[in-house]
Amino acid sequence: MRDRDDEWTGLMRSAIAGDAAAYGRLLEAVTPVLRAAARRGLARAGQPVDQSEDIVQDILLAVHLKRHTWDAEAPFAPWLFAIARNKLIDALRRRGRRVFVNIDDFSDVIAGPPAEETVPANEVTSHLNGLPPRQRDVLQSIAVNSESIKDTAKKLAMSEGAVRVALHRGLASLAARLRKE
Amino acid sequence: METERLIRTLALDAGHRQRPVGAVLAVALLLAMPVSVALFMSILGMRPDVRTAMHNPFFDLKFVVTMALAITAIVVSLHLARPEASLRGWGWLLLIPVALIALGIGAEMMMPHQRPWLTRLIGNNARACVSAIPLFSLPLLAGALWALRRGAPARPALAGAIAGLLSAGLGATLYASHCTDDSPLFVATWYPLATAMVVAVGAIAGRKLLRY
Repeated sequence: MRDRDDEWTGLMRSAIAGDAAAYGRLLEAVTPVLRAAARRGLARAGQPVDQSEDIVQDILLAVHLKRHTWDAEAPFAPWLFAIARNKLIDALRRRGRRVFVNIDDFSDVIAGPPAEETVPANEVTSHLNGLPPRQRDVLQSIAVNSESIKDTAKKLAMSEGAVRVALHRGLASLAARLRKE
Repeated sequence: METERLIRTLALDAGHRQRPVGAVLAVALLLAMPVSVALFMSILGMRPDVRTAMHNPFFDLKFVVTMALAITAIVVSLHLARPEASLRGWGWLLLIPVALIALGIGAEMMMPHQRPWLTRLIGNNARACVSAIPLFSLPLLAGALWALRRGAPARPALAGAIAGLLSAGLGATLYASHCTDDSPLFVATWYPLATAMVVAVGAIAGRKLLRY
């Protein structure tokens, strides 16, 4: 557990310093842990655990948009689990449950096997269509069709800088929509 | 959408840098301050004898207390903008302005007085105090909440309340230069009442606005 936390903290420091590959590796590494915790939270609240992927994606979006609030001198795991806990409570409340999530629900979770991803998450996809056209087109191209920023720019006749701006704004709008639900 | 694709998308956005909450809060307060000052100057203005008043330690104490409130609330606000933060270990900072005004009350008690304590406490400007401080605080509160939206507070209502505290500290600093009631008893009675109103507005607004 200690090693895992140190590894995450190291990856996040590299990510903040501009290493996008380290950032991707970090998000991949935390996802199974978040998934296991989300499943456990849903199970405890008597909810179907196959909705866990929506919660995982909500957490990942928040981690991404709030990463500037992480203090590079502090360990990464407590920060991550605080966000995850907040999002899990939110998600369970939205499903009509008043719940108390213990912080230990996260810190002692061992990652489940990756095959546990059951029902594909659809909350993010369903909100995609409600975005302003430009953000929607950019996210559709990059997130759904896995196009590069360069190809997206060419296809939509935008500059790469404009694609990057629309991408960031699109992610922020998605997070806002998930919150309002 | 598969989570794997979302992760790849987020990594592509990794180059986007958000400014730290503290920098945004500083800009927001610097932009809101002129609005509050303009309100203050057009409605009340400084008291005419401000130059002589400056030699009165109880006049100066008002600024020490209100500035201490503003500064400690700013520090606590920035701390609470982090998702894993709580008031534990930080809440005592907010007692500094309380201790300062308590010292002031003690000091005034030691002085020989012509006026009874109740007269000093009630003063002449109670109504102006409880209406003007919230008014001058509101532009600052709006700016602070806007800035703190970049944070990720675990308890949005609490974060909003502390934002109310910091704007009331700054609003009260403006008002203190107008008010002719310098007795710490007056300050300890009416300023907190005005501050409580701003804190309540901050908590209600924060509950909605500071969720992430």
